[in-house]
Amino acid sequence: MPRIEFQDESAVVIIGSGAGGGTLAHELTTRGIKVVVLEAGKRQSTASFSQVPGAAFLQLTWLDPRTQSGDWGVAKNFPTLPVWHCKTVGGTTVHWTAATPRFEPWELRARSTYGRIPGASLIDWPIPYDELKAYYLLAERRLGVTRRNGVPGLPASNNFKVMYAGAKKLGYQRVHTGHMAINSRPYDGRASCIQQGFCVQGCKMGAKWSTLYTEIPRAEATGNLDLRIECTATRIEHGGTGRVNSVVYRDAEGREQRQKARVVCVAGNGIETPRLLLLSESSKFPQGLANSSGQVGRNYCHQIIGFVWGIFDKPVSSWRGATLAGVVEDEVRNDPSRGFVGGYRMELCTLDLPTFPLVGLPYGWGRDFASILENYRNMAGMLINGEDMPRAENRITLNHDVKDSFGLPVANVHVDEHPNDQAMRKHAQTQMSRMYEAVGAKRVVLGPVPPATHNTCSARMSVDPREGVANAWGQTHDIKNLFISDGSALPTAGSANPTLTIVALALRQAEYISREMKANRV
Amino acid sequence: MDELVTLNRRELLKTTTGLLTGWVVAGSPLALIAPGRAWAVDLTTLTSSEGAALMSMARTIAPHDKLDDAAYALVVQAVDSDAAKDANTHKMIREGLAELGRGFAASPENERVEALKKIEPSAFFQTIRLKTLQALYSSPIAYAYFGYEGEAFSKGGYLFRGFNDLRWLPEVPAAESGPLPDGA
Repeated sequence: MPRIEFQDESAVVIIGSGAGGGTLAHELTTRGIKVVVLEAGKRQSTASFSQVPGAAFLQLTWLDPRTQSGDWGVAKNFPTLPVWHCKTVGGTTVHWTAATPRFEPWELRARSTYGRIPGASLIDWPIPYDELKAYYLLAERRLGVTRRNGVPGLPASNNFKVMYAGAKKLGYQRVHTGHMAINSRPYDGRASCIQQGFCVQGCKMGAKWSTLYTEIPRAEATGNLDLRIECTATRIEHGGTGRVNSVVYRDAEGREQRQKARVVCVAGNGIETPRLLLLSESSKFPQGLANSSGQVGRNYCHQIIGFVWGIFDKPVSSWRGATLAGVVEDEVRNDPSRGFVGGYRMELCTLDLPTFPLVGLPYGWGRDFASILENYRNMAGMLINGEDMPRAENRITLNHDVKDSFGLPVANVHVDEHPNDQAMRKHAQTQMSRMYEAVGAKRVVLGPVPPATHNTCSARMSVDPREGVANAWGQTHDIKNLFISDGSALPTAGSANPTLTIVALALRQAEYISREMKANRV
Repeated sequence: MDELVTLNRRELLKTTTGLLTGWVVAGSPLALIAPGRAWAVDLTTLTSSEGAALMSMARTIAPHDKLDDAAYALVVQAVDSDAAKDANTHKMIREGLAELGRGFAASPENERVEALKKIEPSAFFQTIRLKTLQALYSSPIAYAYFGYEGEAFSKGGYLFRGFNDLRWLPEVPAAESGPLPDGA
């Protein structure tokens, strides 16, 4: 039997246990609210994380089928894997690389700052920066972010030394080992980083923040959490008034279950969140839930991401050390004279040997392809992480021709790149190539656009209900007791890796939900 | 190196359809981890000549001249295993290799490259290309050859094992780096 009865109408049901869902569950249960978390994946632990890259990928990744379309590079290079996120307790905080920069104030005013960009559906955030900043401060303490609140930075790795030297040759000023949710010293009962370099396989030290071993067990300790693993939400139901009142899901044995709910919070990552809203269509809501605007699934952003590899005469051994601990922030500015609006970060990166030829290199084979691998030891790496333009037609839809194991239509991810995206990528690749060449690279290799990991904006917050799905608290415009609680709610993508902002918004949303519940408004 | 020295020898108890064998090259990185070993890969579905052609194909797709044949034999083993599981895959491989012809394995590299370019769009080539990349670079033999050290949790991470031992560039100033943890 579940700890919270199926018929209990007082619980908040959260779908997903990652940065958004896991944090929200902790916050609500601490406030005495009963919470059911439905998590589609299994529960791993620091002890069970595989250290074999291929096996770890299979252990943690959401591998249910999806389709894709559009002209983005992912469709060509990774036709069966448009996005790369997790299906496991802790969600994508298990495999994330823990970079935690903040959005810039002007990034929250994207439409006002950039002006009208043809072919883009930019909006301003409904939240003033100062208000978000208060929650950034809370989130940074929660995660133990380095270079904030007196927490020291992580020590420079070999890979970062190359990045740093190149950046300085180009005159960049804001170059450091990053704001990272990785312990540079023991913090919050978690150990410090031992520079394993296996961040993506799940941090066996627990030095990297993940809801798996922070927020979730703390929520469980309150006695108010009922975490149901291997439970996949398939439909959110509503009553005659239009309020949602239950979540239908398949349990680990494939049986259909129905959990009553007072409030439903969707936090299934930027693909599954809109898919679930669309799957929940009814005679009252024929376009899907919270979709009177037609905005559910639209404006999908994934940030401009791409690898650049520098090959040198001498060893780098880039795999040693925290994967993403290094950043150049000088290009995080809006300067249309560069040929595009918005900013980008250059972040340290590397890939383990088995993954590198599969994800890190453009399609190829033969002598030239193999010669890059021959230099694996002498290779440094980084990636661009930049703001992409939202577009109404870049969207998540249901593909009724392809069904998942429950017979439900899978998500189709459609992306046509905006010219701004292409101009930004080109600029970043040029700058990163110059950095490596300035410190003696004998060759620079530009990687492909990898499967998207920063899936955002597909059920966005907006002031105007016609332009988005939810209000400034992630509460859907159409249905008062239905919330968007993950990166889907971001109004624009910005140039910051999204997790810190997702956590900050979850902390803020938890206050709102508990306040509204107390006041009997939801 | 259990994976290598056994190389599926227990499969010999069953009926094998083919066999690939070789000696570890003296002085190769593999010799350091598997000294003085002969290796053998048993095939359960593909024939020896099909195995040899696949090995040649893998070497053409990912040519590393000094990388031991044993590493490529693991690719063939992975393909053989896929063929054993699925009749359609087996058929695709058999027909794909037949199209390449008997002389493929023994032909010079430039001719092998030309032959593969002709079939590059085929599902057969794309399957073997992907399998080659997946199996070739994930074996202990490849780790040793490319100098990749793999997981480090069991050894205490790279904190004490060279994560910051690069000396051919200046050190990063303390303000932009960070202190080593106590004891490091």
